[in-house]
Amino acid sequence: MNLVVFLPLFVPFFTGIIGLLLWGKPQAQRVVSLLGGIGLTLVGANLLLTVIQQGIQVTYIGDWVAPFGITLVADLLSAIMVFVAGMMTLSTVIYAIVTLDAPRERNGFHVLLHFMLFGVIGAFLTGDIFNLFVWYEVMLISSFVLLVMGGERAQLEGGIKYVTLNLIASALFLSAVGILYGVVGTLNMAHLAILVPQVEQQGLITTLAILFLFAFGIKSALFPVFFWLPASYHTPPIAVTVIFSALLTKVGIYSLIRVFTLIFTTDTAFTHTVLLIIAALTMILGVLGAVAQFEMRRLLSFHIISQIGYLLMGLALFTPLSLAATVFFLVHVIFAKSALFLVGGIIHHMTGTYDLKKLGGFYRVSPVLSVLFFIPAMSLAGIPPLSGFWAKYALVRAGLENNQPWIVAAALGVSILTMFSMTKIWAEAFLKEADDGKLRENVPALQSIPAALRLPMLAPIIVLAVLMVVMGVAAEPFFALSLQTAEQLLSRTEYVQAVLGVQL
Amino acid sequence: METLLAIVIGVLYAAGLYLMMRRSIVKLVLGLGLIGHAANLLIFVTGRVQRGSSAVIPPDQTVLVAPFPDPVPQALILTAIVIGFGTQAFALVLLKRAYQAVKTDDMDAMNTTDR
Repeated sequence: MNLVVFLPLFVPFFTGIIGLLLWGKPQAQRVVSLLGGIGLTLVGANLLLTVIQQGIQVTYIGDWVAPFGITLVADLLSAIMVFVAGMMTLSTVIYAIVTLDAPRERNGFHVLLHFMLFGVIGAFLTGDIFNLFVWYEVMLISSFVLLVMGGERAQLEGGIKYVTLNLIASALFLSAVGILYGVVGTLNMAHLAILVPQVEQQGLITTLAILFLFAFGIKSALFPVFFWLPASYHTPPIAVTVIFSALLTKVGIYSLIRVFTLIFTTDTAFTHTVLLIIAALTMILGVLGAVAQFEMRRLLSFHIISQIGYLLMGLALFTPLSLAATVFFLVHVIFAKSALFLVGGIIHHMTGTYDLKKLGGFYRVSPVLSVLFFIPAMSLAGIPPLSGFWAKYALVRAGLENNQPWIVAAALGVSILTMFSMTKIWAEAFLKEADDGKLRENVPALQSIPAALRLPMLAPIIVLAVLMVVMGVAAEPFFALSLQTAEQLLSRTEYVQAVLGVQL
Repeated sequence: METLLAIVIGVLYAAGLYLMMRRSIVKLVLGLGLIGHAANLLIFVTGRVQRGSSAVIPPDQTVLVAPFPDPVPQALILTAIVIGFGTQAFALVLLKRAYQAVKTDDMDAMNTTDR
């Protein structure tokens, strides 16, 4: 058994179990949770370094050799996602320790967080499509509880929509896996990559591809099935929203990238055109929803949808450059979105509201907070020299090289609207003073937060902001890694060779 | 047998979707259950329905004797049933709590988070 691949699964599981044993001792749970977050980041970094140096890592659970047993596979994409997931867990744990209310913490927030991560990491690492379904359910059942924990009316109402849509998606995913097994006769993804092109009824494979697209589309909030996201993501406390926005829809996108680069590549003229159209509609409708909002969390929730459109655009164009852009964008958007939600959380902590109409004056009172908002906001809009610029530049270039000017036009237009809604937050919450032209009174400064809480609240945002600047200023090594990831995804031979030991 | 099961599965999907489109949250959870059953039966059929034989090697043989049903889908269903049981139990409790908080079982009244 290859421990390097197995440890990222084991750490959150073990942390969750220890957390359960320490039930009713929130202090001890905090320590365990923090150690778990640090541990996951470290084993994630270890996995990424190993995969970069030694190529794809594979381990067979119970030594049942593929395709008969369950395989864990860590290629570059999986390893990058596992590492980023570890970093986001650590950020969330630190932020939750200082901001989360005592009842939620006592009722097992930390335990559920790590069990959810267990599912997320499992989904990133599995090499078996039915096993992917199981990891999805591990992730979902924990996220259900995290979402409605606290039992406020809005949470329960949002929870019903989230739970219902996700259960429908799971049922469709399960049906699709069943039919795929009936047609092809294997569940191992590398084996599927070999056998799917040999199937005689290619029409059935295309139908299955669309069924998978629909199931994963619900989970990653694509047009036209994204309505559960803005109805539910703004209801829980910000620590929960941050980890949801950072990882859950991204697991959906990860799965789409996996199945549409590894398995369903026989009829790209049809499937990837469908993906491209959906990508355009997702980004446009997401940003239009955001422009209309005045509640910060809801505004940012709609932006999650719009950014998912960009990620899908890179997959749909299906060239090395566009897939590299998607990988780069994936990491960038996880950082940017989380930082923005965290800043929103700090503003709520100080003022008790997310309503942009009631906020104002933070630029004068808290320049530090303003900078920490400005960097991720501009990065999300795609302003150089921040990370978002390179992600969008590569996508636009890939679109032009592929002779798809309309998707480039859509992407650039959506960028302008993203800029518009980010400047709206900037103008309303940071620049705006009182209506009668006088300076706004009673704007709380960062100093109003006790010093012991201030640093842990700001630390994750500072780290994320620095990373965004570094990814922008020194984009070369990050983009080279993304390009390598994209080539690995597109060629598929390395993946199949690593899992099955045969040539594609 | 396959034809009959195909019809049953189709009816289950249709009935589940129909129930979910009603306004009552009780019908919503029943619909979710039916769709889950439909998916499980669908996997069962993909293993080829075979009467009177099982995927067990007879004592006097060294390999399986055809025809036999594929055991893998049945293992998959077993997993899926257990998972479905867990998620549906959670959904039921969630709906009860929502009913207590909102004081109605009408989905159309649960729209405060959409505005």
